[in-house]
Amino acid sequence: MVELARRFTIRERRPRQARTGVSVPVLAGLAAACVFLVIGCLSSGIFAQQTVAGLAQGVIFSSLALSLVLIYRATEVINFAQGEMAMATTYTAYQLTRWGLGYWPAFFLTLVIAFVFGVVVQVAVIRPVQHSVIAVVIVTVGLFLLIDGLVTWRFGADLKFMPAPFGNAVYHVGDVTFARQDLGTLIVSIVSVLLLWLLFKYTKLGLAMRAAALRPAAAALAGVRVNWMLAIGWGLAAVLGAVAGLMTEPTQFLQPTMMQAVLLYAFAAAVLGGLESPAGAVIGGLALGVFLNLTGQYVGFATSELRLPIAFAVLLGVLLLKPTGLFGRKKVRRV
Amino acid sequence: MRWRIPAGLPVALVVAAVLAVLPFELSGYHQVLAAHVGIYFIAILGLNILTGYTGQISIGHGAFMAIGGYTTAVMSHYHHTNLVLTLPLAFALAFACGVLVGIPALRFSGVYLALATFALAVSVPQLALKFSKFLGGSNGLETSKTVSHAWLYAACWSCAAILFVVAWLLLRGRTGRAFRAVRDSELAAVSTGISLPIYKTLAFGVSAAFAGVAGSLFVIETNGFAQPNEFGVILSLQILIGAAVAGLGSLRGVLVGALFIGLLPEISSSAPLIGSAHGQDVVFGLIVIAIMILLPNGVAGLLARLARLRARA
Repeated sequence: MVELARRFTIRERRPRQARTGVSVPVLAGLAAACVFLVIGCLSSGIFAQQTVAGLAQGVIFSSLALSLVLIYRATEVINFAQGEMAMATTYTAYQLTRWGLGYWPAFFLTLVIAFVFGVVVQVAVIRPVQHSVIAVVIVTVGLFLLIDGLVTWRFGADLKFMPAPFGNAVYHVGDVTFARQDLGTLIVSIVSVLLLWLLFKYTKLGLAMRAAALRPAAAALAGVRVNWMLAIGWGLAAVLGAVAGLMTEPTQFLQPTMMQAVLLYAFAAAVLGGLESPAGAVIGGLALGVFLNLTGQYVGFATSELRLPIAFAVLLGVLLLKPTGLFGRKKVRRV
Repeated sequence: MRWRIPAGLPVALVVAAVLAVLPFELSGYHQVLAAHVGIYFIAILGLNILTGYTGQISIGHGAFMAIGGYTTAVMSHYHHTNLVLTLPLAFALAFACGVLVGIPALRFSGVYLALATFALAVSVPQLALKFSKFLGGSNGLETSKTVSHAWLYAACWSCAAILFVVAWLLLRGRTGRAFRAVRDSELAAVSTGISLPIYKTLAFGVSAAFAGVAGSLFVIETNGFAQPNEFGVILSLQILIGAAVAGLGSLRGVLVGALFIGLLPEISSSAPLIGSAHGQDVVFGLIVIAIMILLPNGVAGLLARLARLRARA
């Protein structure tokens, strides 16, 4: 009898993580930062302008960071090709508009293509090496080079331009000007993140995907097709990446290197938030965008060459204080 | 303890002999290419000590190469130091930086460490741009002397040979066992009395020192110019790819890994159909993915499998 029970015990790949750990000091710090930003915005027009521009940039970091987190939660690997996949899908949208599609039809068609692209990538090259983390990392590095080479080969390395999705209008509120582009970026990104959250929270597919990520063995016994759930996860991550790419395009324009810096900021944002936590990734991205814009405006030493090092210095500082990020939980492993 | 002849010695001697004769058969251009492979050999060796033997993943070895390279450039540019003397300096400075990086890295593991070292790879070249008065900015900093092709070849492969022996001696004894114990299970390593902080920072230091020498030779190779974009993220990724192709946790495949990342761009840029500067990325990416799917343990894994087959036959 004991023998039988032992045989049916499900071996878990990793301990249960029921919720992400939000500690009181972190929340207090975030609240203090919010209060500081609100006071700053009310007292200075330039400050408010930079904050909104920072939020618009940050929300792009958030989208890409969230796509990294999606994949990390499911398979504990980092996809180094995420930015290049986003870049490739943005070029797809460009090609569609060249073929005469309007911007928004091209936008939604691109999201569908991105989903298929993500699923195909997972099934074709990630699944065969899934068992080893380092192999997956190296395969994604290979993908990075491959996609980069293919796009440059097909489209060339020079700048390309797409029609502006939101126009170039600006709004005036008091003495503060907001670019319509920034507000549009914020809205599109927030809506896509919300839709994703709803998918995970309230649909059967979302439940199955969470189960597959959390306890693969148990989920498989309950009839969830774990491998397909992982593939769908990659598809959704690619969709989020496509949104990030399309929202980056109006400010960076189309070039094969457009997402490389964004990917690095997204890494920083994702780690800042704790890699396990979707909410953390979103908050991390926003915080990073605002922080970088404000330091760029007010700290003379922080010239544009130091933008990236500063982002990573902040990241290292946070990691040293809290090695699992702001919203991560310390992982307990049974030996 | 009785002295035994290590199993790989004949092969190593044959390879060394071939490498010693090779420059007399090569044109100047090919000597430089071969020297380039030697530089990758050193860097992959260093990364293998850290990632393969100690289990600490690093995507930031380009940063240590940059440190070594700029050491050579600064010493030669401002103090006219002999280029050979800058190599041990680069070794020492990169070792110190590696230990310094290793101390905070004690708190990270797995993916977090990968990303922290990645941050390093991104940030260090930017520093050269920020402090452009001293380090030359994007135009680079020039050494006061340049060298001949044959000199370069000799320097690269002598360093490679010396460092290979150093790595082998380090890894075969007590230290190597401690490294492997840390890789396989930190908890078990600690409970047998291995000090994690000492061995992890030591692995970081040695690994970084190797990369520093590689970077120093790299600068000498590029006509004595240290330029920030030469040490970009791509370089770090290439070294990681080379180490994976070679096979982590074994010294047998390192030469193949170095040949792979050193020669493939050269060969693939003349490939039919996509023979352009960007075509090489396509070929590189495809082959890397194919190798990881077909040979998950790299060339070393393949060699081990062949040896097993032969033993059975």
